[in-house]
Amino acid sequence: MGLLALFRRNPPTANVAKERLRIIVAQERSARGGPDYLPLLRRELLEVIKKYVNVDPEAVQVNLEREDGHEVLELSVALPGGKRI
Amino acid sequence: MTEIIVVTSGKGGVGKTTTSASLSCGLARRGKKVAVIDFDIGLRNLDLIMGCERRVVYDFVNVIQGDCTLKQALIKDKRIETLFVLAASQTRDKDALSSEGVRRVLDELTAEGFDYVICDSPAGIEKGAHLAMYFADRAVVVVNPEVSSVRDSDRILGLLASKTQRAEQGNGGVKEHLLLTRYSPKRVATGEMMSVTDVKDILGLDVIGVVPESTDVLSASNAGVPVILNQESDASRAYDDAVARLLGESLPLRFVDEPKKGFFTRMFGG
Repeated sequence: MGLLALFRRNPPTANVAKERLRIIVAQERSARGGPDYLPLLRRELLEVIKKYVNVDPEAVQVNLEREDGHEVLELSVALPGGKRI
Repeated sequence: MTEIIVVTSGKGGVGKTTTSASLSCGLARRGKKVAVIDFDIGLRNLDLIMGCERRVVYDFVNVIQGDCTLKQALIKDKRIETLFVLAASQTRDKDALSSEGVRRVLDELTAEGFDYVICDSPAGIEKGAHLAMYFADRAVVVVNPEVSSVRDSDRILGLLASKTQRAEQGNGGVKEHLLLTRYSPKRVATGEMMSVTDVKDILGLDVIGVVPESTDVLSASNAGVPVILNQESDASRAYDDAVARLLGESLPLRFVDEPKKGFFTRMFGG
């Protein structure tokens, strides 16, 4: 590293990488092993909701929780006004 | 007892073949009888890294299709007595690799008394990658401290936990290890690169080795001499530590911290 390089450092982005990965890996792990229809279900639900309320694509969360013996399909929609149904 | 180890990663270009070559050399150098198999049908490369590309007569697919015996296809390494290479087929279609065929070859290697079979997986999650991991007892997941590599590795971990014989039989699953390559302690110190701990935390696996970014890796592949055989290199030492850990030794990680530099080196380069 020369003298000039002291003033021209790359920004420290490792933490950004770590945070992004933490979220996406957790999300992909939760979807793993679940039925293949979940993404399509999510998309179609979004279409229906959009007929009535203008929601963000990110606002619809579909999760499959496994509890002993049975599975729970959990649907969460964040409405623009801050209300949740 | 033969142990089958798959070297895999999902993403291409992270160092699977380099790792397969070095781990197999390292194990054989410690007296183990080792076969290393290239599963990248159509894109043969392990032979080049091992330096035996001109001695390939028969390949993996030839054995599976019964064109030759396994003994005829195994290329004996010229440096290490107990090391054998099985090259990938260069020309035939990917469907040439069948689950039954792979099982037969692995069974025969077991019967021949091999201690280790290293399966060098192709990139991706297609058939070749699937068959490379299917019969494995252990997996070495090669990962670069970089977002796409880490994410792909996690995908591979998911497959190891579901699409392998051990997972299907429910007998403890495949034992998984992480091996970081192209690691730059200097860039980790400046916060430009994720650290060993970061990657380990995200993927939740133990780390079997950290190989520093090194110009010796390219020189080694240029020469067809697995980098572990270049005793002068930090990459060689790092791979040898990984081999020791595979064999059950517990060693502290080396080459993960930036060497301390003096004032003059910092000012005027080095």
